[in-house]
Parts: sequence; structure tokens; C-alpha cells
Amino acid sequence: MRIDRVLAGVLAATLPCLSPAQQDTQKEIERYRQMLQESNPAELYEARGEELWKTRRGPRNASLERCDLGLGPGVVKGAYVRLPRYFADTGRVQDLESRLGTCMVTLQGFTPEEAGRKPFSGTGAPMITTDPFSGVGQRSVMTDLVAWIASESRGMTIAPSVSHPKERLAYQAGERLFYYRAGPYDFGCVTCHGEEGKRIRLQNLPKMTNAKDAQRAFGTWPGYRVSEGELRSMQWRMWECVRQMRFPELEFASDASIALITYLAKQAEGGTFDAPAIKR
Amino acid sequence: MQPKMIPALALALCGIWVAGCATRPSDSETERAVAEMIKASFKTRGQATVARLNQDDAQALCSKHAGELPKDVSDGIEKAQQATIRYPSSGKLMGDWREGERIAQSGVGKQFTDAPTRPAGGSCYNCHQLSKQELSFGTIGPSLYQFGKQRGASEAIQKYTYGKIYNSQASTACSNMPRFGHNGVLTEEQITHLVALLLDHDSPVNK
Repeated sequence: MRIDRVLAGVLAATLPCLSPAQQDTQKEIERYRQMLQESNPAELYEARGEELWKTRRGPRNASLERCDLGLGPGVVKGAYVRLPRYFADTGRVQDLESRLGTCMVTLQGFTPEEAGRKPFSGTGAPMITTDPFSGVGQRSVMTDLVAWIASESRGMTIAPSVSHPKERLAYQAGERLFYYRAGPYDFGCVTCHGEEGKRIRLQNLPKMTNAKDAQRAFGTWPGYRVSEGELRSMQWRMWECVRQMRFPELEFASDASIALITYLAKQAEGGTFDAPAIKR
Repeated sequence: MQPKMIPALALALCGIWVAGCATRPSDSETERAVAEMIKASFKTRGQATVARLNQDDAQALCSKHAGELPKDVSDGIEKAQQATIRYPSSGKLMGDWREGERIAQSGVGKQFTDAPTRPAGGSCYNCHQLSKQELSFGTIGPSLYQFGKQRGASEAIQKYTYGKIYNSQASTACSNMPRFGHNGVLTEEQITHLVALLLDHDSPVNK
């Protein structure tokens, strides 16, 4: 609840200066958001990611430049807005992060365990621990790559593929998972994202069945989170929501994570992609 | 277009239509896929074990009827949940509102990143307005500001309030609010402190 306190502080500090008509919590939150947009450290991640794409790494000492993200080997421009999608070589529906893992294995010769290691960044050197939060000083190769590849779809229309039977199945399973309530708090995704115009503390919650909300939400991940000083990916967003739902840990690049992302991408279809964004 | 091409075109369109239909997985296929994902995509971490994904009756029904809850299902859930409510053996339903405010502020508990030995909070402000002083409140639930001022603190109101926190679904099937007592998130004593926060004349909620 750190950032809620920061926000509350911002509000407490600015409220006395405003006329009663302006003392509207919502407006102040919007103002805070706009202040954040002015400079986005995501650019640093994007630059590192572009470099990493071309860097020879792994047992095969190969770059990722021939990685097929769905639009053909090496095509990065526009790849993010067409994902998740079905890939015949793996027989799976894959999102960007899962697909990058595949390429790290097939092109660079990493083991699947190595490719999935350290999926989310801390700060510092890349890829050492398996824990996204402990291990101070760890940067994530995956996160850097995701930042750059996502940025190469900026301004494009979100258009995931749901024509292949497996894509359709992932979408339908993702929808079911969205409504799946369980655990000691009885939570599901729908608890926070089923109604319009709601907040947790001061944080606005998108209603994922509402196209406009879903477009804004999906279209702004990955995002640089000011509260954490880190860039976070869509896989991380799923992982973190699921943690807060009091569920067991959602495995990185698992079928459930990809099904949820497929569902959300489809809900956001037609929206304009504008990420990596900057967030609270 | 030449007339003889029309049947060919119709046939082609029909083919596309059939193919389109064939690609839509059935409900049972989807259910199987979800069950497989629930099994394979999560792992136990700390106190958050994979057993948490096994739904009880209410959770399964609320998930299934997420779109629209039929009256008989809703009545059935409320009746079953009502029977779970346990009142404190002391008979005292009103605790200390100051303790209640601390519990209401705290959002910790039951996450795999929380120490299992640390008592859980009620996360009340996450979804409700309570005292006027706290500006950082959520709106998933209704405002509870002046909850007691509007209702008084009769024994019936105390019982209702305690029951609502103990098991929200006893009165509202598939409520978004956790069943704090029933699911063992809050102790009976913690719930009495929250009752006091809501009903005590001196509580900031009623100022």
C-alpha cells in the first residue's frame, strides 16, 4: 500500500489549495497520472532490449535475430499487437514472453529452465535468481527484450489472432479463468475487474469486459511502475494479480497465464497499443 | 457474376462457415482445458498451497453463474452460508473500535509473501470508505461512513454486522466480499473489533 500512501500524501498536500468544486479525488488521480507521463524510464529498458536482441548469447553463441514472433523470422515491428497466437513448431498458443523463452532455447541453446529464470527484473545484473522479488540487484533479460519488442508496436492496433482452434480454446479457457473464484478470500479476476468505475484504495480498476477499459489496460502494459522503480511485463501483471488474489503462484509463461492474456488481448481488440507506458 | 458460379460461391461460403464453426471448442473441451490449467499452471508457494484452487460449493456456483445468478441458486447459497456463522462464546459482539481501525487499515494476510504467523488484516479500506479522515479508500463496496449513526447499535444490528463480516454470502450470495470468519481469515475477536469500528458511537466512522 506504499503508493496509496504516496497518493494520499499528494492529495492531502494539494487539496487545501483547491476550491471545493475541485476537491475531487478522481481529478487529482488523473492529474498525478499526467505528471507521470512526462518522462518514462522505460526507454532505458527498450534500448537495452534492442541491444540484447542482437547480442550473441548462450551455449550456441547466437543472437535472437532469427526468432519468429509470429510474423516471420526476425520480424519485430508489429509483432506484439498480434500476440498471443498459435505456433505450429511448439504446438502451443504463446504470448511474447513464452515465445522469447522458446527462441532462447532453440536459437541460443539455453535450457528451458535457464530461459525462464529471472523473468521479472529487480535492479542490477541480469538473470541470476529464480525469484522475481528477492535477489537484490538482478536485472531481467526477458524484461528488457519485452520492453523493446513492445515498443516496436507503439501506435498500432491491438489485433490478436483467435482463428486457430487452439487460440479459440485459449480464449475460452481464459474467459473461464477470469471468472474462477477460489482461495481464502473467494477472489477471482472478476472481483476487481467486473464492474465499471471502481477503485482499490485510490487505484482505478479497469472493467475487462468493457472494450474501452480493456484497451486502455492491455494497451499500456508493459509499463514502468514508479512505485517499484521497475518495468513490468504482462506476465508479471498476471502473476502479481494472482498473488494478491491469495492464489498459489502462477507459473511464468504457463498455459493459464497465456490463456488469461489471450482473453484480455481479445477484449482489447481494436484499441491502440501505447506501451511501454508509465504507471503509478 | 455468371449464374453458374453462384452455387460454387455458396458452397465455398458454406465451407468457410463450417470451418469457422468447427474451430469453436465445446464447453466440455473448455472445461477440460481449464481443469488441466488449474492443475499444471500453479505451484504451492509458502502458505498459498495449490489446494486453495479447489472450490467449495459457493465458489463453484458463483464462478459458474458469474453472468446471472438464478434465484434458486442464490437462495441456496445464502441458506447454506447462514448456517456457518459462529458467534463468540462470550456473547460480546462489540470489541474495541481502535483495534478495529487498525484491522480495517491492514491489507496483509494469506498472500504467499505474507508471514503466516502475522495476523491478517481486514483490507476494509481497500473497498470501503469508513472514517472521514482516511482519503485512500476503495469503492468496490459501498461507503460505510456513518454506518452505525444511521442504524444504531442494537443487539440485532450488532448480530447482523458481525454476521456480514463473518460470512458476507449469508445475506448476499456471491458477494465480492471475502467470508472473513468462515474462511478463517479473521478471528472472532478481530471481527468484534470491526463491529465496534462500524457501530461504536465514538468510532470515527460515526463522526
